[in-house]
Amino acid sequence: MSEHGTGPGENANDPGAAARLEQNPGQGQVAEVAGGMPERFTNPGLPPHVPRSADLDEAAAHRAERQVATLFGISMVATVIFLVAYFAIDQQTYQFVPGIGQANLSNIVLGTSLGVSLLCIGIGAIHWAKTLMPDIEVAEDRHLQRSSDQARQDAVATITAGGNASQLGRRPLIKYTLGGALGLFALPLLVQLTGSLGPLPHADLAQTFWRRGMRLMRDPEMTPIKLSDVTLGSVFHVMPEGIDKSPDVLEEKAKAAVILISLPEAAIKVPKERDWGVGGVVAYSKICTHVGCPVGLYEHRTHHLLCPCHQSTFDVANDAAVIFGPAHRPLPQLKITVDSEGYLIAAAPFLQPVGPSYWERS
Amino acid sequence: MSPQPTPKGAGALRAEDPTLEDLAAGPKNRAGGLAGWLDDRTSVAKPTSYLLKKVFPDHWSFMLGEIAMFSLVILLITGTFLTFWFVPSAGEVIYNGSYVPLKGIPMSEAFRSTVDISFDVRGGLIMRQIHHWAALLFTVSITVHMFRVFFTGAFRKPREINWVIGTILSLLAINEGFTGYSLPDDLLSGTGLRAAEGFIQSVPVIGSYMAFFVFGGAFPGQAIIPRLFTVHVLLLPALIIGLFTAHIVLVAVHKHTQYPGPGRTNDNVVGFPFMPVYLAKAGGFFFMIFGITTLMAALVTINPIWLYGPYSPSPVTAGSQPDWYMGFADGALRLFPGFFEFNIFGHPLSLNVFIPSLIVMPLLYTIAGAYPFIESWVTGDRREHHLLDRPRNAPTRTGLGMMAISFYLILFFAAGNDLIAIKLGLSINAITQTLRVALFVVPPLAYWITKRICMSLQRRDHDLVLHGRESGRVVRTAEGRFFEVHEPLPEDQRWTLVQHERTTPVALAPTVDAHGIPRKSTRRERLRAKVSGFYFADGVQPVTPTELAAAHHDGSAREAIEADQEPVGQEPRAVQWVGQLHGGAEERPETDAYASHDDGGDPGPTLEP
Repeated sequence: MSEHGTGPGENANDPGAAARLEQNPGQGQVAEVAGGMPERFTNPGLPPHVPRSADLDEAAAHRAERQVATLFGISMVATVIFLVAYFAIDQQTYQFVPGIGQANLSNIVLGTSLGVSLLCIGIGAIHWAKTLMPDIEVAEDRHLQRSSDQARQDAVATITAGGNASQLGRRPLIKYTLGGALGLFALPLLVQLTGSLGPLPHADLAQTFWRRGMRLMRDPEMTPIKLSDVTLGSVFHVMPEGIDKSPDVLEEKAKAAVILISLPEAAIKVPKERDWGVGGVVAYSKICTHVGCPVGLYEHRTHHLLCPCHQSTFDVANDAAVIFGPAHRPLPQLKITVDSEGYLIAAAPFLQPVGPSYWERS
Repeated sequence: MSPQPTPKGAGALRAEDPTLEDLAAGPKNRAGGLAGWLDDRTSVAKPTSYLLKKVFPDHWSFMLGEIAMFSLVILLITGTFLTFWFVPSAGEVIYNGSYVPLKGIPMSEAFRSTVDISFDVRGGLIMRQIHHWAALLFTVSITVHMFRVFFTGAFRKPREINWVIGTILSLLAINEGFTGYSLPDDLLSGTGLRAAEGFIQSVPVIGSYMAFFVFGGAFPGQAIIPRLFTVHVLLLPALIIGLFTAHIVLVAVHKHTQYPGPGRTNDNVVGFPFMPVYLAKAGGFFFMIFGITTLMAALVTINPIWLYGPYSPSPVTAGSQPDWYMGFADGALRLFPGFFEFNIFGHPLSLNVFIPSLIVMPLLYTIAGAYPFIESWVTGDRREHHLLDRPRNAPTRTGLGMMAISFYLILFFAAGNDLIAIKLGLSINAITQTLRVALFVVPPLAYWITKRICMSLQRRDHDLVLHGRESGRVVRTAEGRFFEVHEPLPEDQRWTLVQHERTTPVALAPTVDAHGIPRKSTRRERLRAKVSGFYFADGVQPVTPTELAAAHHDGSAREAIEADQEPVGQEPRAVQWVGQLHGGAEERPETDAYASHDDGGDPGPTLEP
């Protein structure tokens, strides 16, 4: 090992630093202070090698050899088990496994055998390295990353000479046209990408499938809801009539989802909310105004609607105003009424965009 | 087992084994055959021997990066398998496979093919589960590896570039994870994509356009699954593999860092050569990681998408959490209060979504990536460092690291605020409010506590070096006083505790220059001096030989006893001990009632015959 060599603090290219850590004299010069005591302790050097039992005892070495071979042997057996199980165990066999429960037998046997086969190779190799391979540490010297001054000068000279040889500096016409061409060539790629990735949103985010007179349908059964079915305190997940026939079912559902809640009319604090509902039955957009998760968790006692994604909480008794969490705007209300057959219908489409905020939304 | 007198070594030759000289003369040692053919065309012999002789130091914490590297290999292997059966399409199909509960349900081809991989492709489920577990292991190991590099100061010159590459890799890895778990198009990940659409919409001015470009129209659309697929299997893996290659090449160029210890210097690297020791150890470790991941995949179900069902925009499950590595971003969204949505000129500016979803992550990573440059500016240290810091010897850095980790962890736990509320029966509002406050209170506390712990540990090192180790042997002197024998540390152990450098803050340059002309220090200089003072404040300096010598003269009861003994002319004592006596009256301050007060009349300790 090298106890000398250039100290790490001798970077010549750093004269500007106002102050620095003290140099580490442990690797080079030993600074003396008064009294003949060195300023720092000196590195004592590598400690002596402690032989392992396999170094001292032939029997221990043999034992280690057998252990490694046993591990490799177990690996081979496990691989064979994998191959047999792959063909022998039916994919659909389920088996009770203690601690896991009903489990897919094929997955358990294949995975366990493959895992054991891999693990034993790994443990065997490491055991081999630790018991039998040389464990005397060796030292390799390091060198500063910085190239020699000569090499640096050569590099600079090469680049400069090359630049001069190209005459780029002397021929401005080439310089500027090349700059222009290189600056422009990426544009077609960018334009193609941004121009073709998707259509412009237009009014898409502002409109939903809801139209005046559409029946409120149970989601996902798609059956109409009679006002008389909506008992006090009940909650219905609702889609507009005919949405399943739409060409873009999921896209429309992602905006049109509605939650229908029946609460005591007296509990409703906002006249508009009462007017837009029918006898305490109110419909609100189920798309959270935070980032668009379905607001699915309703608490009867408090009339709170909770979004399971980020816990925005809306007070249904107070026109779905935000009472907690990261959302800012209340859920938009769907004005509903009852048709001649007693089914709930939309009295108007949503009058404001549903879901998360976006710039064009006023 | 009877140790033989002369250790021969486990590799000792038997009588009939050929010696190295025999081998060198024999045909085996000449690079012939395929190797010779290859070298004739590539001159690969020299780099091969260089690389195989390369020395790597041993330490458990160096295996964290290896875990990341090996899980990446596992991901590539299992991921390639999965692409053979996965169909990246949002096209609607009716399920008719062997998983009965989903029969007859409309779903996307992506979801159906994922269910098929799980139930109808032989060994498909094990591959899928290995892939998902390996992804979690990949991100965990990258994160913990990053902690190791940070706390040991391994990012210092010349490794700053590699630190930056590493932070980019970490960022790419979590995004690779997100695109991966979104691919099956199940209810949970679809809800995550829905939220992602909300994030993009929150971008000021161009948000809705960006969302339509990314999703190819309205959410969910047909385009996002194939696009995510390309990003997940081509774009991000190419970037990750490219940067990973650069990362590992730089490790080879710089040679691995090492922990301080006897024989280890800034100019060497002490360890074992790649061939054969590290080939076996690291190669074996790969198989161990693969084996353990496979066992987890065999025994612990992960992401059972067949239970979640196909994506549909209206249902949702309670307890919707992303994979762990996206937790901090999700937690930031949960904590950010809604009143950060403003209305400017009639347009909503949703900072309550924009900042936590699209700003926090890049910001945190930028700060992490910039840290080495900030620290070297603050310390004024431009030298190469190959010896790692013990974290206690850089208390401010360690404190800052713990501060960052506590900030991260609070965001992470915030992503589970609903689960915490349910499991512990607490109010979710109270948890959220508490975490909001904690986000600003806990990190500075973590900084302060960590720094104090580091300094206490440094002082303990100090004490160990100066006064030695408590041997547990209590000795009674003749006049009845008790001492515990302290044994001085062996030189090897002592070196580890005293090897670090003294630290001094960057001072302001003199305000009068070499020619006696006064100059004003710039604001930049004053700031730097201030920050540097903060960084190095309360530094505990390593023990110097002078201090150690002084401690031996001051506090040694043994010397006092021996000195008293000689004039009496007794036989050498029967009781022999090495080391020093501590904790006795000699060491008590003068003001202490139990201190020994030598006032001439006291004959001092004597031993009875």
